[in-house]
Amino acid sequence: MRLEPREHVSLLTLVAGPVLAVVAAMAICSLLIVWSGSSVLEAYALLFKGALGSRFAISETLTRTTVLIFTGLAAAVAFRAKLWNIGGEGQLYMGACAATMLGTGLLEWSAYLLIPTLFLAGALAGGLLLIVPTLLKTHLKVDEVVTTLLLNFIILLVVNYLVFGPWKDPMAMGWPQAAPIIDQGLLPPLLAKTRLHAGLLVALAFAIGTWVLMRFTVWGYEIRAVGANPKAAGFAGVPVNRTIIRTALISGGLAGMAGVCELIGLKGYLTLDLSPGFGYTGIVVAMLAGLNPLGVIFSSFFVAVVFNGADSMSRALSVSNYIAEVITAVSLLAVLVSMLLTRYRIKWK
Amino acid sequence: MLHLKDNAVSQKTVLSLNNISKYFGPLLANDAINLSLAEGEVLALLGENGAGKTTLMNILFGHYVADAGTVTAFDEELPPGKPRAAIDAGVGMVHQHFTLAENLTVLENITLGTEPLWGVRQYQSRALAKLNQLSTEFGLEVNPRALVRDLSVGEMQRVEILKALYRDARILIMDEPTAVLTPPEVDSLFATLRQLIKSGLAVIFISHKLGEVMAISDRVAVLRSGKVVLEAETQATSREALAEAMVGRKIPEPKRVPQDAGEALLSLDQVTVLGAHHKRLLDRASLTLHAGEIVGIAGVSGNGQAQLADLLSGLQTLAEGHMTLRDHGELKPNPAHMVKQGIGRIVEDRNGLGLIGDMTITENLASENYKSREFSRLGFLRFNALQRYARELIEAFDVRCPGISAQVRKLSGGNMQKLVLARVLSKEPMVILAHQPTWGLDVGATAYVHEQLLAARQRGAGILLISEDLDELLELSDRIQVIYHGQLSESLDPDNISLQELGLLMSGQQRSDSQAA
Repeated sequence: MRLEPREHVSLLTLVAGPVLAVVAAMAICSLLIVWSGSSVLEAYALLFKGALGSRFAISETLTRTTVLIFTGLAAAVAFRAKLWNIGGEGQLYMGACAATMLGTGLLEWSAYLLIPTLFLAGALAGGLLLIVPTLLKTHLKVDEVVTTLLLNFIILLVVNYLVFGPWKDPMAMGWPQAAPIIDQGLLPPLLAKTRLHAGLLVALAFAIGTWVLMRFTVWGYEIRAVGANPKAAGFAGVPVNRTIIRTALISGGLAGMAGVCELIGLKGYLTLDLSPGFGYTGIVVAMLAGLNPLGVIFSSFFVAVVFNGADSMSRALSVSNYIAEVITAVSLLAVLVSMLLTRYRIKWK
Repeated sequence: MLHLKDNAVSQKTVLSLNNISKYFGPLLANDAINLSLAEGEVLALLGENGAGKTTLMNILFGHYVADAGTVTAFDEELPPGKPRAAIDAGVGMVHQHFTLAENLTVLENITLGTEPLWGVRQYQSRALAKLNQLSTEFGLEVNPRALVRDLSVGEMQRVEILKALYRDARILIMDEPTAVLTPPEVDSLFATLRQLIKSGLAVIFISHKLGEVMAISDRVAVLRSGKVVLEAETQATSREALAEAMVGRKIPEPKRVPQDAGEALLSLDQVTVLGAHHKRLLDRASLTLHAGEIVGIAGVSGNGQAQLADLLSGLQTLAEGHMTLRDHGELKPNPAHMVKQGIGRIVEDRNGLGLIGDMTITENLASENYKSREFSRLGFLRFNALQRYARELIEAFDVRCPGISAQVRKLSGGNMQKLVLARVLSKEPMVILAHQPTWGLDVGATAYVHEQLLAARQRGAGILLISEDLDELLELSDRIQVIYHGQLSESLDPDNISLQELGLLMSGQQRSDSQAA
């Protein structure tokens, strides 16, 4: 068995690849559903119904899509430059912290001014957090996978300290949570009687903006060049370190905005369960999208469907909602295989 | 047995390739190839990159399976796809890139994979005896106890040959064996080959250096686009005829017309570069490059050429000395600075350093000036300008590609180098570094590169040509300086020095007479 590169890859193959991969992943996961003693068709029907079966279900799925777009973009930008930012989770909390600091009464501006300020502050906080491991990488060659990953735990402990200590809301009846964001700082809802908020529009705008940045600008060119071949990029005169640091600011900023978005769009106050690992899921989202910012919109929607649907499926059937993580993991593997197969064909001999 | 071609050499046929065809996707790499090899002859296999030489040899050696055709060695058909069977049948291969374990001794390398599970010590003494006998018989002297990493390139090649002979090879395939050797080493390799064929071995000698093919081979076969386009007795053909057969058209070899050098453009003054453990990789090297001249740097690989190239690329900091550009003063060790100062840099490693394989042709052509006002405005790239520029350049430099949005990785080596030349030369730089500019290129592409360099020289550019191809150096250079252990010799006149003399200087021996130019 050999792999031979394909001469031409048609658009159809490019689109069909990921779709078939997801179908294949669901077929593989159906084995697990059978094993748990449920009907496969029923399970998947419930899954899709739970995610997309009603106005409320769709709104919940889109709410989850919103935050995943941000963390997915964060990973997509960084990975394009081969900056392995595994610290999206920490940057997300960092962003939420910055928004909490400014948005709980310190600034009493109008919504038009306050909301952008909170996003900006969150982006800065997330970006600056990623700067530290990035400088260690560029100047001392410290592996950023380790440092960004471990920083997540440090930031979680800091948040832990804050919500149990100095930021603890005295009005929260003893719950470990910070004071609520003031009304002007909250994102308006998009659909009445649902949790869907205007953050979705912000996320979509940033996905398009990131796509434009990566494709049409000098910075995007530099990021892609450094990621593709840092030696050759440096040789041609691209400022490699400056580009990596800039990438870190953008990536960390996007992850920080994910935190702000959850905070001022959904929860309203900082708690320790603001994110059940959205930062990590963002990595999967980015990989599923092939690091394409526009693809992130679709892959985050897919992941949100699987997670939300699996929750409601597991309530009705004996299938554990861990199946969501299995499906996304298998989908990721299947998509990686399909990416290989769109570039190469297998020759049996 | 059926032979489609009549063999001119009267001796016994030891190897025949019958109607070999091989497809890679839609590409026909080998098209019904018939070749035979007789005992005691050297068959030269000539062809450009991508002509199908390597594919054919990989089929012969069992690395690939042919889509059609058979390989017969000593009247027995080899089972396809089994390298072991080829070795057992007496086929030995010496690869261009050696396949030696550097941390083992010569003897260990040679016996690797042949030793029995038990009784290794005893086996080794027998192996040593056999090895000694082989090396005296064929004049392949090498210390069996030496570590391979301490050997010179020529010695490593001897080990490779011995490795094949130790496995009782009767047919030796040598893939570009002279690519890494100095002229004296080439002479000694040829002496060895003559010894080998005298004792009845048959050799397939793969090369694209016509001079060597004429010197060593009995018969020559030329491959082009997967077909044998010429098969002849070496004596009955000529260099010109072979070159034409390889390329499919006449190749006018560009000639250097004498011209006076102009003012000094770039000078290196007592430059020292330190490596690990304060090893002097460049040792007080001095050099002046004038307008309108090509200065050739000859030397065996690893004597400081890489550091010299890196200095001009802006990738290397110097420990002592000065590197100055006319009117601009000291040059800073920074690639962007070099680009800004207008130094054209053609580097040896075009895949890893010169180009970004995963990016498009347009993006690569602009990689040194994407920030200029011509190509970007307010942080946005000007796609129309970039694409127009790319189209003009691939037209002007005749880059064969599916389009300007094609990934560079998919181009052939020759077209990649044309891309590098396009990027560098279109800016009409006054100082040009050309490090192994024709490395791995075929005859046509090589002639093109030479033509372009000579054209740049004619318009007044100063070119520093670092090459391990002595023919190239002698042909193009106005002056040659030999580099040895980081030291640069005085200037030599390429018209008044022989290959042998140059070879001696490259191996560190001083010239006895004083006929330096």
